Amino acid sequence: MDIRLNNLTMVFDDITAVDQITTTIKDGELVSLLGPSGCGKSTTLMLLSGLYKPTSGQIFFGDQDVTKMDAEKRGIGMVFQNYALYPHLSVLKNIMFPLKMKKVPKKEAMERAKEMAELVQIGHLLDRKPGQLSGGQQQRVAIARALVKKPNVLLLDEPLSNLDARLRLEMREEIRRIQQEVGITAVFVTHDQEEALSISDRVMLMKSGVIQQESRPQEMYKRPENEFVASFLGNPPINLLTMKKIENGYQLEKSAHSLLFSNLATYPKSIRVGIRPEDFFVTKDNPRFTGEIIHIETIGRDTLIRMQIGDTTIRALVDPVHQLKVGATCGLDGKEENIHFFDSASGQRIETVERGEKHA
Amino acid sequence: MLEKPTWKSTLKGFLYLLPALLILIIFNIYPIIRSFLMSFYTDYDYFNDIVHEYGFDNFIAIFQDPNFITALKNTGIFVLGVVPISIFLSMGIAVLLNNKIKLAGFFRTIYFLPFVTSVVAVSIVWSWIYHSDYGLLNYFLGWFGIDPIAWLNDPNYAMPALIIMSIWKGLGFNIIIFLAGLQNIGEQYYLAAKVDGASAWKRFTNITLPLLSPTIFFVSIISIINGFKVFDEVFALFNGRPGPANSALTVVYYIYQKFYEEWQFGLASTAAFVLFIIIFIFTIIQLVIGRRFVHYN
Ligand SMILES: Nc1ncnc2c1ncn2[C@@H]1O[C@H](COP(=O)(O)OP(=O)(O)OP(=O)(O)O)[C@@H](O)[C@H]1O
Ligand SMILES: [Mg+2]
Repeated sequence: MDIRLNNLTMVFDDITAVDQITTTIKDGELVSLLGPSGCGKSTTLMLLSGLYKPTSGQIFFGDQDVTKMDAEKRGIGMVFQNYALYPHLSVLKNIMFPLKMKKVPKKEAMERAKEMAELVQIGHLLDRKPGQLSGGQQQRVAIARALVKKPNVLLLDEPLSNLDARLRLEMREEIRRIQQEVGITAVFVTHDQEEALSISDRVMLMKSGVIQQESRPQEMYKRPENEFVASFLGNPPINLLTMKKIENGYQLEKSAHSLLFSNLATYPKSIRVGIRPEDFFVTKDNPRFTGEIIHIETIGRDTLIRMQIGDTTIRALVDPVHQLKVGATCGLDGKEENIHFFDSASGQRIETVERGEKHA
Repeated sequence: MLEKPTWKSTLKGFLYLLPALLILIIFNIYPIIRSFLMSFYTDYDYFNDIVHEYGFDNFIAIFQDPNFITALKNTGIFVLGVVPISIFLSMGIAVLLNNKIKLAGFFRTIYFLPFVTSVVAVSIVWSWIYHSDYGLLNYFLGWFGIDPIAWLNDPNYAMPALIIMSIWKGLGFNIIIFLAGLQNIGEQYYLAAKVDGASAWKRFTNITLPLLSPTIFFVSIISIINGFKVFDEVFALFNGRPGPANSALTVVYYIYQKFYEEWQFGLASTAAFVLFIIIFIFTIIQLVIGRRFVHYN
């Protein structure tokens, strides 16, 4: 069952939390909603669940308009950020609760709940109360409770945010496994980009209630549609250099550095040039950027350097084989396809055109 | 603090408790023990504080006193009449007030007023309401074609009158306690229950009631104890009489009569002791039931 959002808008007293979202989530797809705090992720999820009713716009489950339908009737499964397990019920009763509400016979409900508990590997904890479980175990109970009624849609609101790094990694693989095993359409809210990029079929990046870009994870990383997307993804963050148009090419602000870009679709007065730290390489062969190294640190297997050009600082992850020293001058360059251009005024991506096309 | 108590720490603890403990012992514990002992005084010269004989005569005497039996019966009826209705009403009102309704603060104040008003003032107002000729209640009943009732002078209606007033009087306190309990229930459980397909009524029975059970338990224990101890309301509503023809005679009123009006200290102490036992038994029963049904986090 596809989920279709049509100009979905949610206005609280003085703030537009979700602003004219139009998109389709395909059957069986796992979509991540990613974005900074307060961008409207939870609100979008609440709208999908029916716990909030939109100010305007429609939601369709398949062909059915469910915009006005109450949460009780939508038959979705939801995992809350704080799990919201019923504290007075045992694990088994918690998982059985949605079935009890659907008046499923007790014996069948018990069997299905146990089956689900096995799937999320908490079969040995059925008699415990939620208060006696670890965070990771609580989360599995929450997932089991959401899945037991065999919903068409599973909504997850930052379900991993309370877990430690290792458990997080384990659990997100688990969620992916269960989602694919059950073949359910899932929307996964997170503000952790790594989580979003690793788990999902598609990522929607939001800012101030507006979807900035929706695409497959790698594509979002490789081809950011605007400056915000480019700067939001990646750690350490992408370098964004402001360059002004000069007679033949662009000049880096407050420096003598000028570059010739001959393959842009348009040439606005001021552009932002984005290069990810890991896309730089050290070279002596006519590098695009030359400057003084002001800082070196080792992160895992890479070396992170900071290089100063005029007023601008560039971060680059380089191969430790280069014997670099603080104070030395160094040349950095990147492959053409890894250099992104954005219009300073609008923040939108400026497409590059193939050299061949340009000559044609 | 997961230390095991040692003799030293225990001693230190007692030292801190001592001031309060002294006052409690002198003004509470000692009188309780004395009155307990007094209930066994069979032959007592209270001018010289000499006890000539101990025995169970007082116990035999009060259980043969028809007034005491009446008092027990009336108190039982009072508790049965007040406690369940009061709990249901106050919980219902608290649930309504807990919704996001307009003027909720205003209503909260209104309901709490009876609690902060003195029993005497309340009783004066209610004796007007109950007045057989000019009373508000009879006036309203008149709309439905019901003849005036002598609420305070008819032995059949004295107890209902007392019960109605007491319910009204206790409502505010219970509502506040229930409201506090309701506010402690996280919104997330209701959201989860909605998603799980629970209707409003199902949410009430499956989420609100169990999570409110400690509060319900607390309120019912307090209400029952207070119900058994009822006195001021009777005294004030019926102008220092236990209602027409003893129809509102309660156990504490009986104790008061024996002690202050008849100077029968032994009998008064015995009645007090019997009341203590009754309350004690009820509290134990509630604790046992509570352990089974009340959910504590
Ligand atoms: N019930 C509400 N009443 C008023 N404003 C709200 C309400 N819920 C959310 N908002 C506002 O709407 C905006 C979006 O909130 P939302 O909870 O959807 O953000 P989010 O993306 O989930 O953030 P986070 O990552 O911090 O959870 C915020 O500015 C928030 O203050
Ligand atoms: Mg959120």
